Amino acid sequence: MNTTKLSRRSALAATLLGLSGLALAQPAGQPIRVGSTLALTGPLSATAQIHKLVGEIYVEQANKRGGWLGRPIEWVVKDDQSKPDLARTLYEQLVTADKVDLLMGPYATGAILSAMGVAQRYNKVLVHHTLGIPSLAKYELQFPAWSLGSDPATTVPNTVFDALAAGPKPPKTVAVVTSKFPSIQFMSAGAREVLKKRGLTEVLFLEWDFGNRDFGPIANRIKDAKPDFVWVGAIGLDGNLLLDAMKKIDYVPPQHFYLYPSPGPLVTLPEAKNALSVTIFEDQPPFTANTGAAEFVKLYRERATKAGLADPSVETQAAASYTAWQILEAGVTATKSLDDKKIGDWIKANKVDTLQGKLRFDGTGNFGDDLMRVKQVQNGHWVVVWPKEVTSGGAKLLAQ
Amino acid sequence: MSGFTLPSVSLLSQSILSGVFVGALYGLMGLGLSLSWGLLRLINLAHFAFAFLAAYLCYQMATLGADPLLTLIVIVPAFFAIGAGLHWVMARFKVTPFNSLLLTFGLMGIIEAVIQTIWTADFRKLESSYAQQKFKVGGLFVPIPEFITLLLAVGISLAVWAVLRYTDLGKAMRAAAEDAPIASAFGVNQARNALLLAGTCAALASIAGVCLALSFTLAPSQMYAWIGVVFAAVMLGGLGRALGPLVAGTLIGVSEAITMAVTAPSWAPIVSFTLLIVILVLRPGRAT
Repeated sequence: MNTTKLSRRSALAATLLGLSGLALAQPAGQPIRVGSTLALTGPLSATAQIHKLVGEIYVEQANKRGGWLGRPIEWVVKDDQSKPDLARTLYEQLVTADKVDLLMGPYATGAILSAMGVAQRYNKVLVHHTLGIPSLAKYELQFPAWSLGSDPATTVPNTVFDALAAGPKPPKTVAVVTSKFPSIQFMSAGAREVLKKRGLTEVLFLEWDFGNRDFGPIANRIKDAKPDFVWVGAIGLDGNLLLDAMKKIDYVPPQHFYLYPSPGPLVTLPEAKNALSVTIFEDQPPFTANTGAAEFVKLYRERATKAGLADPSVETQAAASYTAWQILEAGVTATKSLDDKKIGDWIKANKVDTLQGKLRFDGTGNFGDDLMRVKQVQNGHWVVVWPKEVTSGGAKLLAQ
Repeated sequence: MSGFTLPSVSLLSQSILSGVFVGALYGLMGLGLSLSWGLLRLINLAHFAFAFLAAYLCYQMATLGADPLLTLIVIVPAFFAIGAGLHWVMARFKVTPFNSLLLTFGLMGIIEAVIQTIWTADFRKLESSYAQQKFKVGGLFVPIPEFITLLLAVGISLAVWAVLRYTDLGKAMRAAAEDAPIASAFGVNQARNALLLAGTCAALASIAGVCLALSFTLAPSQMYAWIGVVFAAVMLGGLGRALGPLVAGTLIGVSEAITMAVTAPSWAPIVSFTLLIVILVLRPGRAT
């Protein structure tokens, strides 16, 4: 009997302990409200949907883990319609009318700069995921989640040309063709400088306006110039449209690079074979060993497939977005506070463990290291091919 | 290497051909808009949304296995009905030309939202057997989808021109646009003809949409990128003129293509819109 009694008591105690543990894990109290905008409609909405999905996943995961400071997290996200001026108004509303506790950055450089102005006016921390021009980040409490370094116009092209130089067919002649989209154009200008310094010959330089429809003449110009390597300052679908136009005139570039393509549509295009691009994260080892990566990659794949996104794998956009939430959480947790000054000071002084690895924010404009890697379309998948230490399964850069 | 360079003959001729193809699409897309503006006095911005909606429907049906061109059998009558229905509403509420611009701009936004809800804002590319095909004429590559667009644009523009010029219906439509009360006094059933014309304009937009789906990658917000250049083709070609948009569209397409081949692609819009301004200044009566 005693044994039974003891056993019942033990069971009861264990149950109570379990329930109390469960109760501890459940966030309670007033939610911590994080406000942001995203380009849910308008020309940038295709990519912004990735950031919406990532934010939803992160908040859900964080609330399951017990929230921040024991409180649930509520994400207040508004549609800036891809308009930086509207983003400024909405961030103002988030701070003054919605009275959110913290801010999260919007999508794309223009909107981020608008949000940064508002954050600066109210001394709010702004962690952002997609600022493409680091030199424009002047506010001390802004922190980038996209690790492209403080001088990507030099470091990124150098990484790309290093990869090519170590590849099977180091190029001697280069065509630089680029969109005039601001965060693209300065990178392509940097590529021109870098290739000259490396002793390569530029055989063609062309620019087009964002939203260009007809890539036929551009493809013709490239074919006519006969370059060994084509640097395409591409954003969104530019790469697909250019490759379509090349196909129509039976031209296959010997080696080709696309700066910020829509990753899904490009990788599925047969003409994109061996196309190069850059990334901070890919859904493959060793990246998947980083903090939070494995679980996020799995969840994102499920949700992105369900949401009908063209590419359900985690790459730069999704990884930068997730990293931004990790940085903000690290600041809140470490300081045990929602005080923007304290959070900002802590982030600047410490390294944060993220999906991209340990990030620092003590460089120019709070940027840390350039972690941009070179990836290539191989057998219909993006494969990281440079530098060697982050390649998987001995992947190497291929040339036609 | 930027700035002016002497292009090779093959580069120039291939670029001109590319300009003719894209110009044909400008013309096809502008045809319905021109007829609506010139003969119905309604500036229908939803025309672009109709074209994109048709492109997405074509994409959807092709994904389910239908031949993209055969989808026209379903799409054209459906859009005829939509266009006629929209005109009935506008006529019922006596919408003025300026208000038609506002109303159809709103409708364009609604259709964009509907497209985005159904197909998401992601890019969609119609994969068809046509996309893989091309032939060569004297060293020039002729892609089949663009060639189909050119044939349709020329054929339809000529057919519309012939109807407007040689048939009683066409003459009645032109007469109603010229002086509606007098045309009515001569027994022209203006209301019926207007419905017919509005339906035809929407049907023409849907054909342009199918051609768009054959050659271009689709995204809902891209419908706005076509407005400027197609408006330029319509204004240059003359309102209510059947062959005008095709001729003007081709002129714009070729001038853009040559600009891109000779100087920089970013100069192309400057050239086409400068062309528009010059012609409007030299011939101000052209766009009325």
